[in-house]
Amino acid sequence: MESILSHDAPAPFLKRLTWADWAFLLLLLTGAVFAYSQYAEYMDVYEKSFLFAAVPGFGWLGWYFKPMRLLIVGIAAVSLFGISQYHGELVRADQAFFLKYLVSSQSAIMWMNVLFVMATAAYWLALLSRSDFVGKVASGLTWTAVLMGFVGLMVRWYESYLIAPDVGHIPISNLYEVFVLFCLITALIYLYYEKFYDTRQLGAFVLLVVSAAVGFILWYTFDREAQGIQPLVPALQSYWMKIHVPANFIGYGSFSLAAMVGGAYILAARGILATRLPKLEVLDDLMYKSIAVGFAFFTIATILGAMWAAEAWGGYWSWDPKETWALIVWLNYAAWLHLRLVKGLRGPILAWWALVGLLVTTFAFLGVNMFLSGLHSYGEL
Amino acid sequence: MRFAISLLTVLGIASIIGTVLKQNEPYPNYVVQFGQFWFGMFEMLGLYDVYHTAWFLLILVFLVLSTSLCIYRNTPSMLHELRTFREHATEKSLRSFNHKNEYFFSAAPEDVIRRLGAFLSARGFRFRTVPQSDGSTLLAAKAGSYQRLGYILTHSAIVIICIGGLMDGNVPLKVQELLGYKAVESRDIPETEVPEKSRLSTANLSFRANMTLPEGAQGNVAFMRVRDGYLVQELPFSVVLKDFRIEHYATGQPKSFESDVEIQDKDLKEPLKATIRVNHPLIYKGVAIYQSDFQDGGSRMGFNVWPLRGAGHEPATIKGRVFDNLTQGEGQDALTIELDDFRLFNILNLSADGKGKPRNVGPSVTFKVRDMQGQAREYINYMQPLTIGGRPYFVSGVRATQNEDFSYLRIPADGENSLGDFMRLRAAMFDAGLAPEMARRLSSKALQGQEANAELRGKFEGSTVRLLQAFSEGGYTQVAKLIEESVPEKEREKAAMTYLKIIANAAYEGLVLSRERAGLPAPQPDESTQQFVHETLNSMSDVFFYGTPFYLEMTQFEQLQASGFQLTRSPGKNLVYGGSVLLVLGIFAMIYLRERRIWLLVKPGSQSVLFAMSSNRKNRDFEFEYTRHSEQLQTLFKG
Repeated sequence: MESILSHDAPAPFLKRLTWADWAFLLLLLTGAVFAYSQYAEYMDVYEKSFLFAAVPGFGWLGWYFKPMRLLIVGIAAVSLFGISQYHGELVRADQAFFLKYLVSSQSAIMWMNVLFVMATAAYWLALLSRSDFVGKVASGLTWTAVLMGFVGLMVRWYESYLIAPDVGHIPISNLYEVFVLFCLITALIYLYYEKFYDTRQLGAFVLLVVSAAVGFILWYTFDREAQGIQPLVPALQSYWMKIHVPANFIGYGSFSLAAMVGGAYILAARGILATRLPKLEVLDDLMYKSIAVGFAFFTIATILGAMWAAEAWGGYWSWDPKETWALIVWLNYAAWLHLRLVKGLRGPILAWWALVGLLVTTFAFLGVNMFLSGLHSYGEL
Repeated sequence: MRFAISLLTVLGIASIIGTVLKQNEPYPNYVVQFGQFWFGMFEMLGLYDVYHTAWFLLILVFLVLSTSLCIYRNTPSMLHELRTFREHATEKSLRSFNHKNEYFFSAAPEDVIRRLGAFLSARGFRFRTVPQSDGSTLLAAKAGSYQRLGYILTHSAIVIICIGGLMDGNVPLKVQELLGYKAVESRDIPETEVPEKSRLSTANLSFRANMTLPEGAQGNVAFMRVRDGYLVQELPFSVVLKDFRIEHYATGQPKSFESDVEIQDKDLKEPLKATIRVNHPLIYKGVAIYQSDFQDGGSRMGFNVWPLRGAGHEPATIKGRVFDNLTQGEGQDALTIELDDFRLFNILNLSADGKGKPRNVGPSVTFKVRDMQGQAREYINYMQPLTIGGRPYFVSGVRATQNEDFSYLRIPADGENSLGDFMRLRAAMFDAGLAPEMARRLSSKALQGQEANAELRGKFEGSTVRLLQAFSEGGYTQVAKLIEESVPEKEREKAAMTYLKIIANAAYEGLVLSRERAGLPAPQPDESTQQFVHETLNSMSDVFFYGTPFYLEMTQFEQLQASGFQLTRSPGKNLVYGGSVLLVLGIFAMIYLRERRIWLLVKPGSQSVLFAMSSNRKNRDFEFEYTRHSEQLQTLFKG
């Protein structure tokens, strides 16, 4: 009797963990301890706390979203392999076979680009042909693209130190690098929802925005030759960058994802692709959750930005164009959430709004750098 | 609510204007950009500093008031919702719910109530058991009530952040200005002469001001820029700049800006020594001192002033410091050189296609040359010759207004990397007395074998002298005019070719001649010398557009830098940060907590249980949860 009482109640979280979960955590811990034992003398107190906070951080991520375990281990393994091929010489990026064709940062990022475009095509094929198998292939391609993208960034991080020890820095400091980050984060958030909503149909839409970003990266690389690693200007030499930028891109990524789902919603509501796409209420729910996550992270990112600004520019708010546009983006999604949560609004209006919101977000992300000048002039085109 | 949203919309639009229109530029720039009429309109609206205008701040104040009112009105009911179990629900009202189900049981009612209680607890619901007057029992349960706290937290956060922001904004200053206690100073006068009305005492709670100190100097005031003027902010201490350093990466980009400072204060036994860097401010007595910029602090320089007109070819020497005004010439022709800036490093990309690596080309001086009418041109001269296309040139940029790009005069450097050959040749070419000699030498070379033909020689020499004269009056432009006047249209192209060749060859003779006069050996008659002559002629031709009759060559310097600090006191900061924490907590509470209520009415009479569920937000998760609970209850009663 008592067992029936609680028979469908979820078991406590820890009891649901498997040996693989614990092995993953152990691996993370081992990695952190090894890094500490090797490099502790070069690290300041922030770096040490980041290192050990990463263990529960990534551990939780892997436990909560299981495929992350494999991804994290994969990134670590491939990146370490890549780094081991350098023998401390940057020129080997164009000479050693594996580096030149696979895992030097440029090659890995190019692989990411190619895989994302292939994944987009595969998702569309899967959507139109209703093929489960092609859908699985598309997911696989996306996961591989994410793997290669992260490897590209990791190896780039290492490469920056090979240029000169004082040049070395985390690769999220210019427009090229954050575009790669944007692709990766957007794709990862999508993959999370793909698993939890058990639907692959939306990949066709979400990967469109990722492919657009890939297009930008390619143009930026081949036309502007902006893929080079540049040393950090003094204003960027701060710990805040390492948390402010990723938090911002979780926001941007989520908003973009919501916009694309909004696009799918608008089409489905008009009967286009309606039988192939998930139900409207699923789309609506996904859009809401994505914006909610994005909003939370965007808020945190903006606050972190303010705290950094207080340290670098002498004031937590300077009405710099980037700051002001961040505020406008924030107000935009605050209004969206307000209408949905407080007024109970549903339906195509919100979908249109989410889609148009992408324009506002894109302007804040890119347009400000292109058209307006201000303190955030690091990512100039 | 509607009011607040309209205010937010206006605020949004105003903010966008502020991002599109560059804020806090010097006023003349706006006049140039918009013209007098629109400049006045925009100035009246305060668009040059939107975020500090009275109307913008007023909107913020209204926003705070309206949000506060909203909190005041809604908080009691929110808190009530947070606490209440809604145990007064009647069977009738429960039956009108959308999400309800009914089950039948056979066990003892007390047992059923106990089991239902356990069921609720296992799913994280808190509940109250309320016996009803008809003998039935109601279990009123709820979960996720703290979602309501999210509302209170986020809205209070907005109020707190705005109050903090208003404190650090210039509201008190605005008020004092409106009441006439303070006035913006717009005259360019020494700081000590600024009247009390434009000074802010050390008691000022919140400010953001700038201070520029040359190395070795000391300061105890900062300047706050307001619209087209400034206010003087007095500081409770003084700052001495000991040293300012810029470090560079190997690629030449700046790596760090650092100022070694000393804080002197009568409260301190010993001066406080500190190093201020970007991202690492110094905080003393609640005032944060930031590294914000740097400029020249009055570097000393020595110059050769080379004449660019007339037959003289010896330079005069002068010395001066940045910010000095030096006078050249006399009377109506006097020119004032205003030394504006000295730069030790200039990272330029000189490759032809712009794809090469930028590199440091050494020091430069920026100056203006102003005539007696007040007309000025701006110049930038590089100290060392720049290598362009493999050959060295002395380069000077000139522009008439700040909005233009520089046009460059390129003077070829000679074999000693100096201006000597150029200046000698230039002087020879502009010396009317030397033209016949140059023509003679040229003709004796060009007309070899025809020595006897005096008439031909005379004609040739005559036209050479005329050409040289034309060139000395206005360069190639003047020569082109001469051709237009004296040659029929059909033959002009051919004549031009011949004339250019004659000028070039005569100039070569001029170079030989001028070196002879200076007691120097003759130049190598090779291609490099020819190119040098060719480029000298080009640049002599450009001299007519250069604007000043001299070339300023920097020969020595002693750099003195000044560091720019920003000093702020912002007591509102802690409020803003505190508000931010509340905001994040509130957002997470609003988004990730879901308030749900369950009622279970156990009726012993009909041996039935009425299950009803509600949420203040209907969404997919709620539907799932309802279905799950309702199925689980079904199993529970079957068992």
